[in-house]
Parts: sequence; structure tokens; C-alpha cells
Amino acid sequence: MLYGYGSSILEGAWLTVSLALTSMAMAIALGLIGATCRLSPIKWLARLGETYTTVIRGIPDLVLILLIFYGGQDLVNRIALALGSTDYIDINPFIAGVCTMGFIFGAYLSETFRGAFMAIPKGQAEAGLAYGMRPGKVFWRILVPQMTRFALPGFTNNWLVLTKSTALISVIGLQDMMFKAKSAADATHEPFTFFLAVAGLYLMLTSVSLLVLRYLEKRYSVGIKAAEL
Amino acid sequence: MMLDYTVIWENLPLYFSGVLVTLKVLLISLFFGLLLAIPLALMRVSRSPLINFPAWLYTYVIRGTPMLVQLFLIYFGLAQFEAVRQSVFWPYLSSATFCACMAFAINTSAYSAELLAGSLKATSAGEIEAGKAMGMSRITLFRRILLPSAMRRVLPQYSNEVLMMMQTTSLASIVTLIDITGAARTVNARYYLPFEAYITAAIFYLVLTFLLTRLFKLAERRWLAYLAPRKH
Amino acid sequence: MNKTVLLGALALCAFSCVAQADNAPLRIGIEAAYPPFSMKTPEGGISGFDYDIGNALCEEMKIKCTWVVQEFDGMIPSLKVRKVDAVLSSMSITPDRLKSVDFTKKYYHTPGKFAMKAGNVINDPMVDLKGKRVGVQRSSTYDRFATQKLEPEGVVVVRYSTQSEAFLDLISGRLDATLADIIYTDESFIKTPQGAGYALVGPDINDPAFFGRGAGIALRKGDTANAERLNAAIDAIRANGKYDQVMGKYFTYDIYGQR
Repeated sequence: MLYGYGSSILEGAWLTVSLALTSMAMAIALGLIGATCRLSPIKWLARLGETYTTVIRGIPDLVLILLIFYGGQDLVNRIALALGSTDYIDINPFIAGVCTMGFIFGAYLSETFRGAFMAIPKGQAEAGLAYGMRPGKVFWRILVPQMTRFALPGFTNNWLVLTKSTALISVIGLQDMMFKAKSAADATHEPFTFFLAVAGLYLMLTSVSLLVLRYLEKRYSVGIKAAEL
Repeated sequence: MMLDYTVIWENLPLYFSGVLVTLKVLLISLFFGLLLAIPLALMRVSRSPLINFPAWLYTYVIRGTPMLVQLFLIYFGLAQFEAVRQSVFWPYLSSATFCACMAFAINTSAYSAELLAGSLKATSAGEIEAGKAMGMSRITLFRRILLPSAMRRVLPQYSNEVLMMMQTTSLASIVTLIDITGAARTVNARYYLPFEAYITAAIFYLVLTFLLTRLFKLAERRWLAYLAPRKH
Repeated sequence: MNKTVLLGALALCAFSCVAQADNAPLRIGIEAAYPPFSMKTPEGGISGFDYDIGNALCEEMKIKCTWVVQEFDGMIPSLKVRKVDAVLSSMSITPDRLKSVDFTKKYYHTPGKFAMKAGNVINDPMVDLKGKRVGVQRSSTYDRFATQKLEPEGVVVVRYSTQSEAFLDLISGRLDATLADIIYTDESFIKTPQGAGYALVGPDINDPAFFGRGAGIALRKGDTANAERLNAAIDAIRANGKYDQVMGKYFTYDIYGQR
């Protein structure tokens, strides 16, 4: 039914999932840094964080992907030449995809985390400091675990958007399932079949993600009374 | 770092015509998307599963699949079928602008419907009870009380949706439309200067985002003044 | 700006450097979406005339080659940033491209041709296609030709990421014609079931200013080492019959063109 391209598309699906997970890991790291910057009392750090999130959220994902991938390579090369380097620079396309997505979604996540951090009662951090905990310890032992509960709904949203945005990475030639579907469609002149199949795969991905994240939400809300709607 | 500004300067007219295409696609998609979202939202708040389920399925599938796939299905996928090409819809479906607007409108209708449904459900009970006490029928209740109230309250989240939609329109460049992103890709294809081409596009989008954000702040001041923090 | 520089520095650290040597491996960029010159097999591998010629050349030079698949309009930028060392993807040698890259000698030379619904006749493209929609692949020589020669005459030029997308739109009627390489159009469109009812129409499009001297292997400007060994290899496989062997696999006629 899929003219033998089925296994190739499933391979692409595997790449899509790995890309999404790896980018999310990088995005979480950047998001935590970004949120901390934005909430920092140091003015220029706060400004930097704000610029990062505003700029990334104001430019379409497609343009950012094209800019970071093609423009970024171009820029890195010019810098290398300016520094007098004659080295060959080899960017693995997967790494490039991960860096691009991670960079973009780091901005979205830093907004989510910022809101989540702000939702924690101020007393928690104060109590930690009063106990003599170093700020770092307060951050990792007290703030982050509590922030997770508030961040989960926004995080779920960001994760879903990330998994769907990975489809755009096919534009820079990374062979995720969208790319594979497009190659198959081009070769057989039957776009509907393959795009429908890939739509089904994405739907499965989002459904599974929703189930897992809803479960996590329940677990992190253990002991918290939910208001009756 | 030598940036070739002359190429950008010479091609600014192309970018500006791209801005017009972007705005045209955005406005058409938002208009029809919102038009479709209102009945969908009403279906989503219905207590009858016969009405609620189809609407839920629609928003679930649309929100669960990438915009790019939806766009390809409508633009390339539908055109594959002889039946479609012979049908009365073909003059419309053969146009890239129509296909892109249709895909974007369907997409935004799903997200807007969910936003609006959430806002409807969050209407304070007092308003509903007051309307019922005055003897309003369900239709009148929705028309005079619930919808206007919900649409006001959804404004902040809807403004977010509009900004996201503007970014989504950049996908129109993938199906041959020359919007801002399309202009950038054309410039890149001619001069092999990706950094200059895409940075310019990014700047155009940032300016548009800024203008839209301002516009929405004004709208909020007008229609949500009653929710603003006290000034005195 | 900070983030970009940081990212650039990080990127530099993550990269490997390769020493220049005579048996240094070669990374070759290929589109793999342009049958019968380059395409993807259902199993996900690459095949096609360009691919086979490339492998034959590497075998002749006794070096290891890796193939990097990417979009056609990203080929030259990738070459410049050293993502690939050569582009072997039916890229025509044109004066325009020679401004950015160097080329080896040609490895085949075929003209461009319009594809339209059978029965159409074109005597002069610039007159007969006025007001019609013609599809081309973005960044290709046909794109340049169409943009500079046809668009000013009132022809509507529509650009696609891949030539296949253009064919899809030709089938669906969104385009009146496409302009692409004659062999590619014939093999991957006219001869397929969906191409029934369409034909190669009009004169051979061969303007040397746009289509140059055939398809060559693109290299970075000043990369004489690779140019020399690739040219020598092309001569070698032309002489020892390897070229004819590969050509015979895909075509029943000569595609090398005049010497």
C-alpha cells in the first residue's frame, strides 16, 4: 500500500522522536538558564533574557530554522576564515537540527519556567536561605521540584508544538519522517497517501505524549487539592 | 564580517510585496478561522456527546498534526485526485493562495475554538443565572451574554494565537507563495547569501510582531478596561 | 548577537578538522530527488547516474567518498561552508555559478526542454508562453533562464524546492508547463503513468550563457587539488569504459554530448 516506503518512513519516525527528545533536553537547559536570567536582579541579565525570548518568539520557526542552519553555517565559516582558520568544519545535520530546535524552544520554555517559578510562594525560597542553604542548593532542591508542577501544563503545550515543528526540519534536508514522506510522494506522484500516513504517525506521537504528560501531571499534583469546577 | 547590504537594499521591493502577501493571507485565514471557530466552540461546550464529540475530534486531529502536513495534504494531496480536478471546486483549489488560506483557516479554527470554549466554560455562574432568571432562551443567552463576554475574555490568549498564526503564514512560501519568507528564499536562491536574506526576513517579522502586539494592547485597553488593575 | 557568537564558538569546538592530503576522503553533496540522475531507493539508500559516476570516480582515485543528501538550493552554500567538498548533482557549469565556485570538466551535457500537455506547440517560448504559468526548480539554471529571459516577456514563473513538486502541479493543472533537463523530464515524468498525455515540447533550450558547458562537479574556489584529481578520474573512466558502463545502465543514448 505504501509502495515499500513504509519502513523508510518508520525510520524517519524514529529520527523525528530522537530529534524531539534531544532538542527538548537542550531546550530545558536553555529554558532554565533563560528563566533564571529573566528573574535575576542583575539588570543586564534580565534584559538579555528578555531579548532572547522576545526575538525568538517574534520570528517564524521556518525563518529561524533557515537562518540558523544556512545563515549560521555561513556566519561560522566567515568567522573561521576571519580568524585565519583553514580547518574543515563539519556540522552533522542532526546536531544542527537539535541546536536549532533547542535554541528556539529554549525561548518558549524560559517563558513557561518563568511563570512557574513566579507561582511558587516566596516563603519557600526564603525559608531555604534562612536555613543557611546556598542559593544553588535552594534552586535545585526547593525551587525546581516545586516549579515542575506549575510548569507541566505549559511544558506539555511546548512539547506538542516541538514535536510538530520537527516537521519543518525536513526543509533543511534532515531525513525525518516528513522528509521521507515527501521523497516517497515525489517519487510515486501520490502525495495524499504518504502525507495522510505521516499525519497518522504524528497523531499517534501527540496522543502518546498527552497520555504520558497527563499522568505526570497527576503524579506531581499528589497531595494538592484541586478546586471543584 | 562583510555583510552584503546592497543585495538587500536592491531587493527591498520584493520583501515589501512579500509583506502584503503575508498580511493578506493572515487576515483571510484569521477571518474565516474565527467564523468557523464560533460554531465549533458552541459545539464543544454542548453537554450532548453527539454534538460535542465531532467537534472534539476535529480539534484533536487538527491540533495533533503538524501544520506542514495539513498544508501539503490540501495543496498537493487533494490535487492528486482526478475527481477533485474535475469538480466545481477546482478553480479555487488550484490557487496556491486559496489552498494556503484554507489550510491556515482550518488550523486556526481548531485552536481558536478550544480557546473560546474554555473561555465560555469559565463564564462566572452569576451571569448565566441572571440571564436565565430574566427568562432568556438558550439562544438569546448565548447571543447577548455568553458570547460577547467570552470573546472579550479570550482576547489576551487570542492575541497570542494571532501572533502564532502570523508566524505560521511563513509556511506559505513552501507552496510557491512569495510572502516575506518566499522573498528571502528567492533572494538566497539568486545570490547565495543566506545570512543576509534570512536576517532581513526575520527583521520584517519582528517589526510586524511588534506592531500587532501594540494593536492588541490598544484593543485590550478598549475592551478589557474593566479587568485592568486599578489606576487610583 | 551574543547568542550567535556563543553558538558559533561552541560549534567550532564541536567540529573535526581534516588534513589536506592526496588520498583525503571526499564528501560529496547530492540531491537524491532527481531521477534518473539521483534518487532515493525505497530502502533509504541512494541510486542514480550521478551516484554511480561519483562512486566510479572515487574508485578510480582510490579514495573514500561519503555522500551528503541535501536540497538543491543549499548545495553551493554547503560547499562554501565546507559541509561538503564537492557537489555531484547534475549541476550545470554556468558563468553565474563560476563566480561562486569552480567546476571540473563536464560529465554530461543535455539541453533543457519544456513539458506540457501533448498537442501543444511552442515555436518561440518568449511569445508562445506569454501569460502562461511555467514551473522551475528554485536556484536551477532553468530558474535563471526563466527569470531573466521569460519573466520579462510576461511569463509567470513559479518556483519549487524540487522539480517533482513542479511536475505534481503540472499534472494537477496549476502549471501550463515546466522547464527542466530533457532526460530528467522524460525519465521521471513523461515515461511514468501520470505523465501520459504530456510531451516534451518546443526547441532545445541550450543558451550557453545560462546552461554553460554541461553538468560538472562543483568545488570550492581555488580547490585545484580536487579539481585535478577529479578531472583526471573523469578522463580515466571515459577512457577505460567505466563511464559507458554506467551510462548504459540508465540511458540507451549518449548523454555526454560533443567533446
